[in-house]
Amino acid sequence: MAEYETHEYDVLVIGAGGAGLRAAIESAGMGLRTGVVCKSLLGKAHTVMAEGGIAAALGNIYPEDNWQVHFRDTMRGGKMLNNWRMAQLHAQEAPDRVRELEEWGSLFDRTDDGRILQRDFGGHRFARLAHVGDRTGLEMIRTLQQRLVALGVDVFPECTINRLVKDNDRIAGALGYWRQSGELVLFRAKAVVLATGGLGKIWSITSNSWEGTGDGHALAMYAGAEMIDMECVQFHPTGMVWPPSVSGLLITEGVRGDGGTLRNNTGERFMFRYIPAMFAAETADTEAEADAWYENHEGNRRTPDLLPRDEVARAITAEVRAGRGSPHGGVFLDIASRRDAAYIQRRLPSMYHQFMELAGVDITKESMEVGPTCHYAMGGVRVDAETAASNVPGLFAAGEVAGGMHGSNRLGGNSLSDLVVFGRRAGMGAGQYARGLESMPALDQAAVSDDARRVLAPFDGSGNENAYTLHKALQDLMQANVGIIRNEADMLAAVAGIGELRERAQHVGVQGGREYNPGWHLALDLEHMLTVAEDVTLAALERKESRGGHTREDFPGPSAEFGKVNVVGRRAPDGELTVTQEPLPEMPDELKRLFEGG
Amino acid sequence: MPTAHLRVWRGDDNGEYVEYDVDYEAGMVILDVVHRLQATQTGDLAVRWNCKAGKCGSCSAEINGKPRLQCMQRMEQYPEGETITIAPLKTFPIIRDLVTDVAWNYRKAETIPALKLAPADADGNRRMAQIDIDRGQEFRKCIECFICQDVCHVIRDHPENMDAFAGPRFFVRLAEIAMHPLDENAKRDTVDHGFGLDYCNITKCCTDVCPEGIHITDNAIIPLKERRVDEFHDPIRALARKLTGRG
Repeated sequence: MAEYETHEYDVLVIGAGGAGLRAAIESAGMGLRTGVVCKSLLGKAHTVMAEGGIAAALGNIYPEDNWQVHFRDTMRGGKMLNNWRMAQLHAQEAPDRVRELEEWGSLFDRTDDGRILQRDFGGHRFARLAHVGDRTGLEMIRTLQQRLVALGVDVFPECTINRLVKDNDRIAGALGYWRQSGELVLFRAKAVVLATGGLGKIWSITSNSWEGTGDGHALAMYAGAEMIDMECVQFHPTGMVWPPSVSGLLITEGVRGDGGTLRNNTGERFMFRYIPAMFAAETADTEAEADAWYENHEGNRRTPDLLPRDEVARAITAEVRAGRGSPHGGVFLDIASRRDAAYIQRRLPSMYHQFMELAGVDITKESMEVGPTCHYAMGGVRVDAETAASNVPGLFAAGEVAGGMHGSNRLGGNSLSDLVVFGRRAGMGAGQYARGLESMPALDQAAVSDDARRVLAPFDGSGNENAYTLHKALQDLMQANVGIIRNEADMLAAVAGIGELRERAQHVGVQGGREYNPGWHLALDLEHMLTVAEDVTLAALERKESRGGHTREDFPGPSAEFGKVNVVGRRAPDGELTVTQEPLPEMPDELKRLFEGG
Repeated sequence: MPTAHLRVWRGDDNGEYVEYDVDYEAGMVILDVVHRLQATQTGDLAVRWNCKAGKCGSCSAEINGKPRLQCMQRMEQYPEGETITIAPLKTFPIIRDLVTDVAWNYRKAETIPALKLAPADADGNRRMAQIDIDRGQEFRKCIECFICQDVCHVIRDHPENMDAFAGPRFFVRLAEIAMHPLDENAKRDTVDHGFGLDYCNITKCCTDVCPEGIHITDNAIIPLKERRVDEFHDPIRALARKLTGRG
């Protein structure tokens, strides 16, 4: 066996976004040897792109808010497909996690009496999102990064994990490579926390950065972990649509939370025509009531502009298809006519900057053009709510790579809180598991050697396919066939197309050497993306209903039967993927009572 | 479709500029053109990026000699037909092509003290007036692109100062801690800990290039220098320190 640079940890965390950093802080705080591996430099993870805020029932604006209301909003937003225990823990623990961020240095915007200010967001009954203007994710990642540095945790930046390593059934570590040098590196670990984020880069219109290639989802599947609800992908209603180079770039829901409204090309505020029965009782049906709600939530119902994201994204798609879209194929988001320029610049500074610099649009004077963009994977590794443990001993998952918390549709603001609530729990769960092992698991040397060969295979000189071309082909395939509105024929075409791309991906060639070579890195990520795309598509074929982020034009409504099951994906050692339906965990009666009356 | 004429640094410190022609479309930024070059002509072109929205600070490079985020430079601002030169940040060692080794910044970050906040109020909240954190929030807009570090002539022209000097990014961080309304760090830890503040002669190069528009010199460095003078160079306080052995 070749010699590799080798490191040993009790807990190895893969990913340095909010969930990974919080997990590492927890396990290091338990006194365990902890290492963090991340594909980018520290502090650059996709969490920095989160804008609007972190949802927590602090009750600073509306004292009647509490965890039960937050729990209920989360479950209804997820169309009841959520793991109820995760949603409960999340709602209960988010306030403490926000206060903890403040203790570690976050400077959230303040109320008049000096407490943490909270903003309105889609699907949340009360103003609930602690925020820093529209750059809350940056604040969170910097806070956690600085805490991690203060604790002296080892960080391996620009290091990509390509495979998890096992000792029979349990986790034994991970094999990766340094992006800078191209040298292989082996981590031996008692426990591994996956905190690798999302998979949005398998679509062409996406808010995700290059890192969102589904690595963690794929690594978990290769290692035998069960995935749930991979068909549930969130298309955020408001991405930029022009210019082409920024299409998909996120526009925070905070624009609507702070008074912005959606209009079609006739100037109509069309969301009033798209209020689903489930939310009719609590949604304003006149513009006057919707506008009054911004000033006073008592006695006024919330604006339909702030319905959950799946509802708004479908409405926008319908308006565009009906020919009432904007010039570049979106709709208009107008805050200019509704709030004064100073307010907009104070509340939404980075949106102002982003449109001014990248589109030449002054959002204090003109409407934005917006359309749906692939944003978030609700599905992911099936985990235990308390410990974030997967079915593979020693493998834990938190954040976007984990499934269950958000059901079929995530509410805005619930992601940042998810990261810190379940990042902490994963750190604890992994830490306790690692403490229970007396010695480091053994390494399967032959498997490690096989993995190493696979990582270096693109350099063998035999391939002539271009990884960038194949990636673009996959994105176009998924965008056309497994996008926001789906049907069986399109998805079967996608399955066939993925198979063809997988074949071509065997023959990828790489220019240049191993030192900081993005073409090689993409060639390796491509395998993960194809694996994840296949699971998403098979799961989407299996769920023959429309629910949350998963919309089938051949099965347009929700079905009671499918509302009771997770779609579970498993990958056999030979690579074959299967999906099955399995019952959702049963909610206890005292929680069921929160949903009486709708 | 217009064509961009690019001169791009290839290789390490011993590398060279290579010229490329790349077609581009309206609305594209420099980073889009670099990506197109990578996807169509030279797959191993090394460039660091993440968010492509000016929020993560990964894609810093020197474009026509000016340090900028590649993702925020629209092609429209460069006259068609003129060559655009894209080089890695000069102050840091080149790893390959447009990617530099910025590890020095992370080592400096490890020397900065952590916040020590006063305990929360009895109800679990910490109370701070918005006006008292406005400045801190300005500092925390920093995306760690390290462009301010790149242009600072204290290290750009004198790498021998890198041991003693933390650089504008970390002066902003120190100022943030020093001005936090609830921080209980001793002032000497944030102001007089040998971060090399005295090397700065306030030429404002850092402020001029900050993509977040942070007033680094006026709002962070100068107030820190004033506090330093006030706390540690006041002759009466210096005498008191000598006599008491404290401070």
